[in-house]
Amino acid sequence: MEHTLFILLLPFLSFLLLGLAGMRMKPTTAGAVGTASLAGVTVLSYLTAFRYFAGGRMADGTFPTLMPYNLEWLPFTSNLHIDMGVLLDPISVMMLVVISTVSLMVHIYSFGYMKGERGFQRYYAFLSLFTMSMLGLVVATNIFQMYVFWELVGVSSYLLIGFYYTKPEAIAASKKAFIVTRFADLGFLIGILIYGYYAGTFSFTPSSAALAAAGVMLPLALGLMFVGGAGKSAMFPLHIWLPDAMEGPTPVSALIHAATMVVVGVYLVARMFPLFVGYAPQTLHIVAWVGVITAFYAASVACVQSDIKRVLAFSTISQIGFMMVALGVCTSSDPHTGGLGYMASMFHLFTHAMFKALLFLGAGCIIHAVHSNEMSAMGGLRKYMPVTHWTFLIACLAISGIPPFSGFFSKDEILTACFRFSPVMGWVMTGIAAMTAFYMFRLYYNIFWNGEWKGLSHGDAHAESHLPHEAPLAMTLPLMLLAAVTCVAGFLPFGEFVSSDGQAYHIHLDTQVAVTSIVIAVLSIALATWMFAARRQPVADKLAHTFSGLHRAVYHRFYMDEAWLFVTKKIIFRCVSTPIAWWDRHVIDQFFNFTAWSAHAGADEIQDMQSGHVQQYAIWFLAGTLVLTLVLLW
Amino acid sequence: MNVLSLFVLIPLLMLAALWAARSVGQVRGVMVTGASLLLILSVWLATDYIGLRHSGAADEMIYTASVSWYAPLHICYSVGVDGISVVMLLLSSIIVFTGTFASWRLKPLTKEYFLWFTLLSLGVFGFFISTDLFTMFMFYEVALIPMYLLIGVWGSGRKEYAAMKLTLMLMGGSAFLLIGILGIFYGAGGTTMNLLEIARLHIPYEMQRLFFPLIFLGFGVLGALFPFHTWSPDGHASAPTAVSMLHAGVLMKLGGYGCFRVAMYLMPEGAALWGDVFLVLTTISVIYGAFSAVVQTDLKYINAYSSVSHCGLVLFALLMMTRTSCTGAILQMLSHGLMTALFFALIGMIYGRTHTRDVRLMGGLMKIMPFLAVGYVIAGLANLGLPGLSGFVAEMTVFVGSFQNDDTFHRVCTLVATTSIVVTAVYILRVVGKILYGSVQNPEHLKLTDATWDERVAVICLIACVAGLGLAPFWASDLISQSVEPIISQLIK
Repeated sequence: MEHTLFILLLPFLSFLLLGLAGMRMKPTTAGAVGTASLAGVTVLSYLTAFRYFAGGRMADGTFPTLMPYNLEWLPFTSNLHIDMGVLLDPISVMMLVVISTVSLMVHIYSFGYMKGERGFQRYYAFLSLFTMSMLGLVVATNIFQMYVFWELVGVSSYLLIGFYYTKPEAIAASKKAFIVTRFADLGFLIGILIYGYYAGTFSFTPSSAALAAAGVMLPLALGLMFVGGAGKSAMFPLHIWLPDAMEGPTPVSALIHAATMVVVGVYLVARMFPLFVGYAPQTLHIVAWVGVITAFYAASVACVQSDIKRVLAFSTISQIGFMMVALGVCTSSDPHTGGLGYMASMFHLFTHAMFKALLFLGAGCIIHAVHSNEMSAMGGLRKYMPVTHWTFLIACLAISGIPPFSGFFSKDEILTACFRFSPVMGWVMTGIAAMTAFYMFRLYYNIFWNGEWKGLSHGDAHAESHLPHEAPLAMTLPLMLLAAVTCVAGFLPFGEFVSSDGQAYHIHLDTQVAVTSIVIAVLSIALATWMFAARRQPVADKLAHTFSGLHRAVYHRFYMDEAWLFVTKKIIFRCVSTPIAWWDRHVIDQFFNFTAWSAHAGADEIQDMQSGHVQQYAIWFLAGTLVLTLVLLW
Repeated sequence: MNVLSLFVLIPLLMLAALWAARSVGQVRGVMVTGASLLLILSVWLATDYIGLRHSGAADEMIYTASVSWYAPLHICYSVGVDGISVVMLLLSSIIVFTGTFASWRLKPLTKEYFLWFTLLSLGVFGFFISTDLFTMFMFYEVALIPMYLLIGVWGSGRKEYAAMKLTLMLMGGSAFLLIGILGIFYGAGGTTMNLLEIARLHIPYEMQRLFFPLIFLGFGVLGALFPFHTWSPDGHASAPTAVSMLHAGVLMKLGGYGCFRVAMYLMPEGAALWGDVFLVLTTISVIYGAFSAVVQTDLKYINAYSSVSHCGLVLFALLMMTRTSCTGAILQMLSHGLMTALFFALIGMIYGRTHTRDVRLMGGLMKIMPFLAVGYVIAGLANLGLPGLSGFVAEMTVFVGSFQNDDTFHRVCTLVATTSIVVTAVYILRVVGKILYGSVQNPEHLKLTDATWDERVAVICLIACVAGLGLAPFWASDLISQSVEPIISQLIK
């Protein structure tokens, strides 16, 4: 498995090359360099996966945990040090496949989407940086290496969201994304500090003696780490950066903000799963409830958004909520009883990455064609963009949970896990799944049906000559490939590879849950068809009108952004920083100025004593003697 | 002759050569030659030092030498280095080298400027090689005085006020120091001024109680300890580019170095007694500097407050008194020196073009001067602790080290200090977003040009060092932690 080093090295080298010399290259050359290195990474990742899983199980029935590289990078104390290495186990190998696949698709797609953009070379340099960081994160051998790459994906995300750096919205969005996740990362860092101190190591497998001695500190540390994960994975109420992050180029949204980076929180919990389940079951419940709230909140907001990328962003948040719930409802590490959620969560992560990347890339084609993100500028596009239409439909069916598409299988496992935990949880999640089907088909109909193409909404005189057209092959090819994956991924025997106790787990559908969820999904789609398929949408308009207050609140995402803005702008900026700066200049500084001034003034006062008049000196001399004499006598 | 004396001799020769120089070309020639020699020397010293350590040199300091200077007071010219001073010498020579390039086109009075600049470096180098309290103090003063002229003559804005304020406050610190040094000298029996020898003697507890705060405050003023930091924003804002670089990059490190090497090393009981008081002040420094930076509008003020926060972290980590945290403190000095020099260099270059440092009056510079803008982004990312650049390595060592101190009070301080990583991100990204991104604010700026070759040399060198330390921190960390050991064992005893 020595070749795994090149999985990290190739994108790093291409980042260096493009970063240092990219601007002197032709744009296509730069793109080719980035894509070629990613193709290499993809081949190596597939090879790794094949060799790893073909390598067979160990005697106890689990796949081995391999560490082909692990070097001490920064020593702190005798047992605390940051190591840099490569860890291969079922979930990290699975993530390698997901990341390299989606990243390669995005690299190819961007040839078409970003064609002619200023900074094409820079774009590919950042993509390489991101891919390197993301791959480094999933193969981390210890929690601190994870944090190192965690920060790096954060900054790559910042750079890519702010790619159009002359657009004020993009600058604000990139700043917001970085600062919100940084805030959450503070929790992660403190969690790591506590974990390192009490578990006595940064590795994922501390000694059980240390764990037993850690007591209440371990759940606390894990909970704080989850805060970091919640920030990156856009869990309520730290989700506010993700919808704004859609200001970045659409392929970036597909790669970072749909398929890979935003699921690292899920990956983190999965990585620490043995500790969560063994030592912090209560913390795991918190994870579950945060997931439920997020899934519901985001699904409800997604029902009324008008910007197609925002609908998809909220849908992503909601789906990550599903994954978190699946992990959170685990009560043991046996997949046959309480540990099913682990497998379900990872399975959903895998299938979701594919179909959500597909949805975003499809949305990119649409935006490319109509030059707008707004639903009002779309409608009737199915005739003009057949490939986009069909692949988008497949992804919509997958996310809604219609068999035989991949989302059905993974979501079904999640629902089964929830029902095993408690019927309430099961029904709540089924309800949210129904909302998913509803808002996805609302989106679908508004883009592709909704009567005929009505031209650009802002009255473009040349609307006729600007009929939307299908995207070039560089863009449609990734769509078709991802659609193919979405069609077949559900039949993967996923549980054979990944399960909570490492043993082979044979996935079997729970008929009751499956039938319920299909029926509900079909009903939701039917409802969406009834409300949104036609040009005129009297039902939707009437509902929006009747519940205008609620509609407005949901449309404004329950004013979460405003609340955050109030905290940051008003409280931190106005009420903390400004007074501190004022205090510094006007109190502390003035005190020293006053000291200097008083020394100066004092000198002015007494300088007359040095007048050069002998008589005056004599008087001072006599007075002094007199005073001294009196003092001494007294 | 002792090899360390070259660090004083080369600047002396440079001074003589500058004196004799007839043209700007000759001045530049002297400066580049001298600065390169110093850089080569310090790199050689670092490698040779590591080699010696590996081959088993176990002394606390090596390359030691001592010449009696004034026998009645036992004042000697004694030199010697350990890992900490080697790293500081390396830092100083890098900053002097890049500072030379950053002031390549400085006018007027180029020759005089470089004379004072070299004198300042002489003081800095002398300070780091000295092991004699008195010589150390003398070099310290040599480094401070030229600052007054450098800011007063070549500065900008309210330069006379800033120069006077800076000098007075630092001289106030020196007064404390002088008393403290005499206290140590007599407390240790009045037989030696040599640090290493005093460390083996015991200074009575009553003396330590009295003199520890004097020394710590005296050096703390230079290390921007709250509330004695106010010279820093004004001083940096008015100083010319290379002087800001040298001052924030190296001179402020004299403070941390002195606190560690003199105050804590020689008076461990005093440190134990006064540690908590100063810990509160440094924790305030860390947070207070960061929050103040958020609302500033002058680039140099932002960076000066950021320095207050980051240098506060140095003293903070020292006072945590664990081996890792002290290693982190030294790493933070190194890292902050490089980052802040890079920042001040870039700010100077931007200011030289736009003639304003007000963030509200700039915008879209990324399009106009991409090289400087990218450099600024990298400096910013280093400052907010991006892995792969030096800031992360230093901060993480500090935080992990501080957390090893399991006293509740220290824990609380550590948690408070960690929040600075968020606030740092806020002020860095605010500035980057305002001045580099967005649309061009002032149409006049469209005519500006990107960096010249000499500016590129300075920026590239510093970025290479920041990235080098960030990517391969283990050698520096090894080098330092070994030398921290004797001082820490003194403190724990």
